[in-house]
Amino acid sequence: MKRRKGTNESLMIKAGGELDDRFKLAGPTRVLMNKVFPDHWSFLLGEIALFSFILLLLTGTFLGLFFEPSMTHVTYDGAYVPLQGIEMSKAYESSLDISFEIRGGLVMRQMHHWAALLFMAAILVHMLRIFFTGAFRAPRETNWMIGIVLFWLGFFEGFFGYSLPDDGLSGTGLRIMEGMTESVPFIGPWASAALFGGQFPGTSVISMLYIFHVFLIPLIMLGLIVVHVGLVFAQKHTQWPGPGRTEHNVVGFRMFPNYIMKQVGFMLFIWGVTAAMAGLFQINPIWLFGPYDVSVVSSGSQPDFYVMFLDGLIRLFPAWEFRIPPYFSLPPVFWPGVVGMGLSIVLPLLYPALERRFTKDRAHHNLLQRPRDAPHRTGLGVMVVAFWLIGVLSGGNDVFAEKFDISLNAMTWFGRIGIVVIPMALYYITYRICLGLQQHDREVLAHGLETGILMRDPEGRFYEVHQPLAEPDEHGHTELEYNGWVVPKKMNRVGALAPTDKGFFKSIEEPTENGGEHRDEIEAGKHQ
Amino acid sequence: MAASAKRRRGWRKRLGALARFTGALVIVGGLYSVFSPSLYAQEAEDNAIDSEVVKGEELYSTSCITCHGDNGEGVEGRGPSLIGIGSAAVEFQVNTGRMPMAAQGAQAPAGEAVFTEEEAEWLGAYIDYLGGGAAVPDDLEILVEDASVGEGGELYRVNCSSCHGYAGGGGALSSGAHAPELSGVTDDELYQAMLTGPQNMPVFADNELTPEQKADIIAYVQYLVNDDKDPGGVFSLGRYGPSTEGLAIFLVGMSTLLLATLWIAGKS
Repeated sequence: MKRRKGTNESLMIKAGGELDDRFKLAGPTRVLMNKVFPDHWSFLLGEIALFSFILLLLTGTFLGLFFEPSMTHVTYDGAYVPLQGIEMSKAYESSLDISFEIRGGLVMRQMHHWAALLFMAAILVHMLRIFFTGAFRAPRETNWMIGIVLFWLGFFEGFFGYSLPDDGLSGTGLRIMEGMTESVPFIGPWASAALFGGQFPGTSVISMLYIFHVFLIPLIMLGLIVVHVGLVFAQKHTQWPGPGRTEHNVVGFRMFPNYIMKQVGFMLFIWGVTAAMAGLFQINPIWLFGPYDVSVVSSGSQPDFYVMFLDGLIRLFPAWEFRIPPYFSLPPVFWPGVVGMGLSIVLPLLYPALERRFTKDRAHHNLLQRPRDAPHRTGLGVMVVAFWLIGVLSGGNDVFAEKFDISLNAMTWFGRIGIVVIPMALYYITYRICLGLQQHDREVLAHGLETGILMRDPEGRFYEVHQPLAEPDEHGHTELEYNGWVVPKKMNRVGALAPTDKGFFKSIEEPTENGGEHRDEIEAGKHQ
Repeated sequence: MAASAKRRRGWRKRLGALARFTGALVIVGGLYSVFSPSLYAQEAEDNAIDSEVVKGEELYSTSCITCHGDNGEGVEGRGPSLIGIGSAAVEFQVNTGRMPMAAQGAQAPAGEAVFTEEEAEWLGAYIDYLGGGAAVPDDLEILVEDASVGEGGELYRVNCSSCHGYAGGGGALSSGAHAPELSGVTDDELYQAMLTGPQNMPVFADNELTPEQKADIIAYVQYLVNDDKDPGGVFSLGRYGPSTEGLAIFLVGMSTLLLATLWIAGKS
């Protein structure tokens, strides 16, 4: 055998050269590998959604190999004893087979479902980060809108996936969707008939939803995700203000090797967590629900958590039916179901434009805002979160009422009043907290840090020594501009005291008592 | 001396009379028992029932009468009449600790039974004596043994799941009432509940669900709560469906991953 010439390194260079000769890779690779990303934990939330989406594609492909989207009637004779001899659809039978007879099928199904919940939960948390830090402002409004569209595509993708097994719970969900569709004035009944191919549940809806679930929606989502991430690349990631960070630079780590390593590690960790959850926690035990039968509606029938908010609104809305006899009636479910959902789609889409209109801020922003610096927006965000949470809670109000021994009627009335009053109250409280935090930042900038050292005048007056953050004028005031970033609030953050070693939950080392060795210096520059 | 001898003779005379009387009784009784044995046996059984009824009445007068009134006639605003409800209803309510009720509320909660099963039977006998009513068939064990779990599942989903839930975990009803969870409930109690409709539960009389169908449901419920070992994982999340799954994804999944982001990325 001929001995290879050269070291490992020279072989790599040679291979790289050969590849570049053929595919012209050097230029783009250099740009990509040198791209800089700012480093902050809150910038990784979108990645949780991205990586769980990839996991959804992988596990979904596995399930697609065995699932049969057909409503043909069969008699079950599989492994699960209590359903043997029961009439059911082919879709439900194949879902049972995946759970009980296909090797690894149950854990794959559970991974798929947990990953779907994780995907939606991560989108929500990611969206909150973007909202509260003002990352959606110009020039990134388009990417915000794409994100909102992705959430709603994920919403329907998840709902259709929940409907496919044709078990008791998924059929109940479809029935509610049918009711909502039918409630739309004039076109409702026609739209519903088109959807179900006539009378509910019909024989075609599962195979239609299947194509939506495994092909159409994932394809659109994949395309939008590529655009979403591509826009982050092109527009560059936002960053927190801070030393050396401006509107015109990006401070952080290069793509290679630092960032890519973290990303790959994080991806594998996310998949690991999902797999662990799929092994430990039972999710959607379809064999308990039985085949779908229109006459069966179990108590405790809930949709997955991201749909529960709408379910809650429907449960809370009073039974107000609008009628013009004998031709027209508008059922109450129209308001929370159709109008509620419509507003939840449209208002978030329009929010960047609305904020531009009210603040008249048309500048480009690459630096993020701290939530306290936009008190109206932060208040509004907390208001929406409270509204959403009360909606979700009311969506599960029967489970809540039963387990915590509260009357279901009391839960409903709590929801009806709470969903109006609590968000408004929280808006005001949040607004005041934001102003208070701003005030304190400015106070520290003008008067200095509290040192915790109490002094007493010859007249007997007590005062606390303050450490100014710059050379003070004759009144002891400093003229420091607030630059939108953390103002130090403790002596050990400005180097006057040794910084404490931080542990995970609390400081390992307590700050030195009584000012320590620097006490004399602090007192020398005494300031009230 | 003479007086004492006279007294002794009188005592002997009385003893003799007693012996003769006893002898006569034995002969008459013996003859009676020889000539009518069936009548004698019948009477003994009647006595047994009477004594159960009597014992039941005693318990009733100390623990139930305040709300259910004299002779189970009921008291307006406190407790319903018990005439005609039968022993199955009494045994269910008493054995599950629902009765005697500690306080008036939306619904009597299940709890520690106050009476033993035997005492519950006496109470049942007394209420049955007052006006008859439904009772659990004696061959329930055989019925359940021959029951079909699959049929039971279908009947359960149509008839029971709307309150007790798909997995027998229970559910909320209006105004503070609830359908209890079904784990740890015996076959007898399940049958009694279906037959008599305790608290807010509807009655499933034999013309709605035959005894065989009731046994099917019992077999399915016992399968559901005892034999279905939650193949999907170590934790069943209480089988409450998507509500606890939603909690789990935030409390377990998202919080683990948020800690991971704090671990691998910058904090300020």
